Amino acid sequence: MNAADNSHAHGKPGNSLWSDAYLRLRKNRLALASFWFVMLMLTLCFVAAWFCPNPDKIDLENKFAGSSVSHLLGTDQLGRDIFARTLFGGQISLLVGFVATTLAIGIGVVIGAASGYAGGRTDAVLMRGVDTLFAIPFLVVVIVLQVVIAEQTKDASGWVVDNWGWDKKLTSRIANIIPLFIALGLFGWLTLARIVRAQVLSLKEQEFVEAAKALGYSRFRILFRHIIPNTLGPTVVYATLTVPGFIMYEATLSYLGLGVEAPNSSWGILIRDGANFLETEPQLLIIPGLFFSLTLLALNFLGDGLRDALDVKAAKD
Amino acid sequence: MLRFITYRLLQGIIVLIALYTITFFLIKAMPGDPFTGEKNIAEETKQLMREKYGLNESVFHQYFLYLKNVFTEGSLGISTSKAHSVNEMIGQSFPVSCILGLTALSFAIGLGVPIGVASAVRKNSWIDYSGMALAMVGICVPAFTVGPLLQIMLSMKIPLFNVAGWETPRDVILPAITLGLVTTAYIARLTRSGMLEILSQDYIRTAHAKGLPVSRVVCKHALRGGLLPAVAYIGPAFAALISGSFIVETIFQVPGMGQHFVNATKARDPFLLQGVVLFFGLLIVIMNLAADILTGFLNPRVRLDQE
Repeated sequence: MNAADNSHAHGKPGNSLWSDAYLRLRKNRLALASFWFVMLMLTLCFVAAWFCPNPDKIDLENKFAGSSVSHLLGTDQLGRDIFARTLFGGQISLLVGFVATTLAIGIGVVIGAASGYAGGRTDAVLMRGVDTLFAIPFLVVVIVLQVVIAEQTKDASGWVVDNWGWDKKLTSRIANIIPLFIALGLFGWLTLARIVRAQVLSLKEQEFVEAAKALGYSRFRILFRHIIPNTLGPTVVYATLTVPGFIMYEATLSYLGLGVEAPNSSWGILIRDGANFLETEPQLLIIPGLFFSLTLLALNFLGDGLRDALDVKAAKD
Repeated sequence: MLRFITYRLLQGIIVLIALYTITFFLIKAMPGDPFTGEKNIAEETKQLMREKYGLNESVFHQYFLYLKNVFTEGSLGISTSKAHSVNEMIGQSFPVSCILGLTALSFAIGLGVPIGVASAVRKNSWIDYSGMALAMVGICVPAFTVGPLLQIMLSMKIPLFNVAGWETPRDVILPAITLGLVTTAYIARLTRSGMLEILSQDYIRTAHAKGLPVSRVVCKHALRGGLLPAVAYIGPAFAALISGSFIVETIFQVPGMGQHFVNATKARDPFLLQGVVLFFGLLIVIMNLAADILTGFLNPRVRLDQE
């Protein structure tokens, strides 16, 4: 059962895998609500955040202020606006989640598809490699890798500022999160490679691939134009479930002081800082914690919903 | 079976060598060495220290020297930041991590399996929905939020436990709950899906048709097969609980292995970092193997030889 079966078996126009999946997803209220929640969170963090007070502005006379018109959710220990800080922290958290996932998917799809399509010795070598990497403690290696890349990007950002005249503050902010993208992306593709490989193994035996071969298309074209698009379903599901995982990893690293650094902040950093004032000012932990957990919940529910919606086997009963 | 175990053992050795190679060169790629940052030490002393730890040798010499020491003496080197043998440091902290991990795992099994079974038996009821919602919350709320909240509620507001530390046996409870929450959630989900699959099989219908009480059908007939996915997960989960507990150890100040790992990363302590990573890797390899063998015994239909 796969994408190709489904879209060709019906024959009626407009009954593609995606419109079928959308109809099924629409019935799943939890998944749909989750989808809109994720959209809302993206809008808040990437659009609304710019209309908030400056998140780094220190105002010591107004520390631990309650919620008011100028500070929607009050202020923290340095009088900074909690709402603005949470939204800007969310920018980094979401950015790391989505960019690292994109990188992981790029690697996973290419390696999985190549392995499945080439078969034989290439397949054996690639899959044993994946088996080996699977047994390696993920977070442990990501942390070490992250620290190594961080030093490199620090040097590189200095060079960019000197030679290209980039803004120093902005460059150092970007340089601080790039290692997270790379470290997470470089190790996060293993499961996807296996999923895509299994898909490709069954797809490459099908008639439409044979037709493409008969038309004399190159292997490259068959793989990228005909086979890979048909593995999109599982890829999308896996991606949706990877984003929250990566956001969690980012928070974990930042919590340990090995990830995002000032002047950047992220939900992990805000939660860590908030924990210091837990006894007297619990909102400092609870507000970013709530944003963080609700976003992760929504992404997970959406991923589960997409899995049910795109799973052709499950659609029959 | 024997062929399978031999194959997996060989693969385990390859994994460990790959892990060693990756971490070794990553550590070498870190700029500076453990002594660069020490401003109060004279340059000559630093040079002597480097010689003492063999850091002045060529990279490839160091690579094989360490490997040789591990294989011939079982020695993981000497920590440059703490000046102790890495073996000793791991030896002292591993039991702590082990106790914490085992308690967390028992908590996770004790809570996760009943939730999963109840959710499967009463599929699409409020029990199912609330059980699975709870599991999702367990996955999405990070340990560094749960930990401080537990500290506030169960040791400050209601003084049941110490806030942090590792003195009395009671001190294991809060960190174990925090650590085991995610595992609980996964076990509950795995148990539910495993049980659902088994409960829809013909032999369960036969058992019901014979008039057996539901409790007997569930506990005697379905549980054995339904638990398989969870059992397969428990081995790797235990390894993950031990190697992944550094957040919880930080929050509750538990003197386990996680602190060594974090400190070694921050202090650029090559031998301690290398030793701890290799030890984690060994643990994961052994646990994965144990889980596979256990699955084979529980379910004869899983043909391990076909690998």
